[in-house]
Amino acid sequence: MGRTVITFLEGVGDASRFAARVVVESIRPPYEFREMVRQLFELGVRSVPLIAAAGFAIGVVLSMHTRASLARFGAEALIPAGLAIALVRETGPLTAGLLLSGRIGAGIGAELGAMKVTEQIDALEAVAVDSFRYLVVTRVVACVIALPLLTTVMNFTGMLGGFTAETVITGMPFQTYFQQAFTPIEFSDLIPATLKTTVFGFIIATTASYLGINTSRGTEGVGQASTRSVVLASMLLIGANVLLVRLIFFFYPQ
Amino acid sequence: MATEAATPAVELRHLTKSFGTLRVLDDVCLTVPRGRAVCILGRSGTGKSVTLKHIIGLMKPDAGSVFVEGEEITSMGARDIARVRQRIGLLFQNAALFDSISVGENVAFPLRRHTRLSDREIRDRAQHLLSQVSLANEYDKMPADLSGGMKKRAGLARALALEPAIVLADEPSAGLDPITAAEIDQLLVELNDRSGTTLIVVTHNIPSARVIGDELVFLHEGRVIAQGGAEELDRSDIPLVRQFMRSEGSG
Repeated sequence: MGRTVITFLEGVGDASRFAARVVVESIRPPYEFREMVRQLFELGVRSVPLIAAAGFAIGVVLSMHTRASLARFGAEALIPAGLAIALVRETGPLTAGLLLSGRIGAGIGAELGAMKVTEQIDALEAVAVDSFRYLVVTRVVACVIALPLLTTVMNFTGMLGGFTAETVITGMPFQTYFQQAFTPIEFSDLIPATLKTTVFGFIIATTASYLGINTSRGTEGVGQASTRSVVLASMLLIGANVLLVRLIFFFYPQ
Repeated sequence: MATEAATPAVELRHLTKSFGTLRVLDDVCLTVPRGRAVCILGRSGTGKSVTLKHIIGLMKPDAGSVFVEGEEITSMGARDIARVRQRIGLLFQNAALFDSISVGENVAFPLRRHTRLSDREIRDRAQHLLSQVSLANEYDKMPADLSGGMKKRAGLARALALEPAIVLADEPSAGLDPITAAEIDQLLVELNDRSGTTLIVVTHNIPSARVIGDELVFLHEGRVIAQGGAEELDRSDIPLVRQFMRSEGSG
């Protein structure tokens, strides 16, 4: 029992040092610029279809729910605004974060895990390349940049989904819908909520890289690294979200 | 420059390494002069690959020190170790090709990282290296599409890309057909003869050790138990060594 606690605490300490090293080394030049752009494409651009489709579907569903609730109070006119606020402030960032924990977390965990067990990480070091900078820092930076952008994509397609649901029922024109939706949206609704996803990006890529790079025991280990990346990244992300929301309310009281 | 020529290419002093309770290297001392070709022999699991990984700094010893061309590397920072590694080429036991890029780009990779050659020159050089290991037509293939022996040869081409002063090869001819194996042995011998490249080759293959090695080093249970030319080891008074040397039907 005591030993388990110690092992756990050692793990936490080790992971924290890893995260700190990511921060330090991502600031210090030289930068692996080409590899970072490649990762931005792999992790960011290739996630667009998933995020766009999910955003659209969520927009449709949220719109239907909003209609059902607001109709009780005869407040159908607030549907676009209600959806926009819900989506931009919380649903968009959190859903995007969790979906990307799945896609990106599993991807990084499995890729780095496989590279580790096939000695490709050692091979990078052997040809005098700093594997931490080349593999980890590039992925974390790409992820930190990609998350707010992908969240914005999700917000946008979510609104399109909302509009589609609305126009099918009421025939509301596009322009009216978006005017009603965006008029009440303020700086403090959009910017802090979108920027907090940079933290999600850091959590996802750092967690998955840590677990990937520390993979052992062959193919089974690679599968485990991938699964654990998703589970741990999602849990940390949900926890961090609570703190971040609290923090945002502190700076932008409603 | 007499002192530089006198410093050995690689020197291991009292190298000790354990994994858990298993002591893999136990007070290993080994000096490899520049231009020498040394073959490390021994049964599986006696620390041969681990020895190579210490020489290039992928593993740190629990005790002892590693000198490469006179510089102690176990206490070096990242920048210095990178400089030393550019002078060493390592062929991994399982080739360890980067599987996300083509075979040719694997060979080109060290050149892209560490030289200022143009793209054209890098491609030409990588192509030339591939043809040296009889893979002239495989530049654009992905590593997953190669056989084990071909991967091994591509790994060797990558290890040679920066024209290293020291080449470490972990079973270069294992899993190859006898003809290709002999070609690889020949390539290593030429490298050693012509450019004076220091070779440290881990092998199970006694005939190729006789061809390549000026000197054979026999590791057993993490210790050097015999060392010398092939004839000396043939006459060794340790039964295990004689048995190993004979096993290929040469005696």
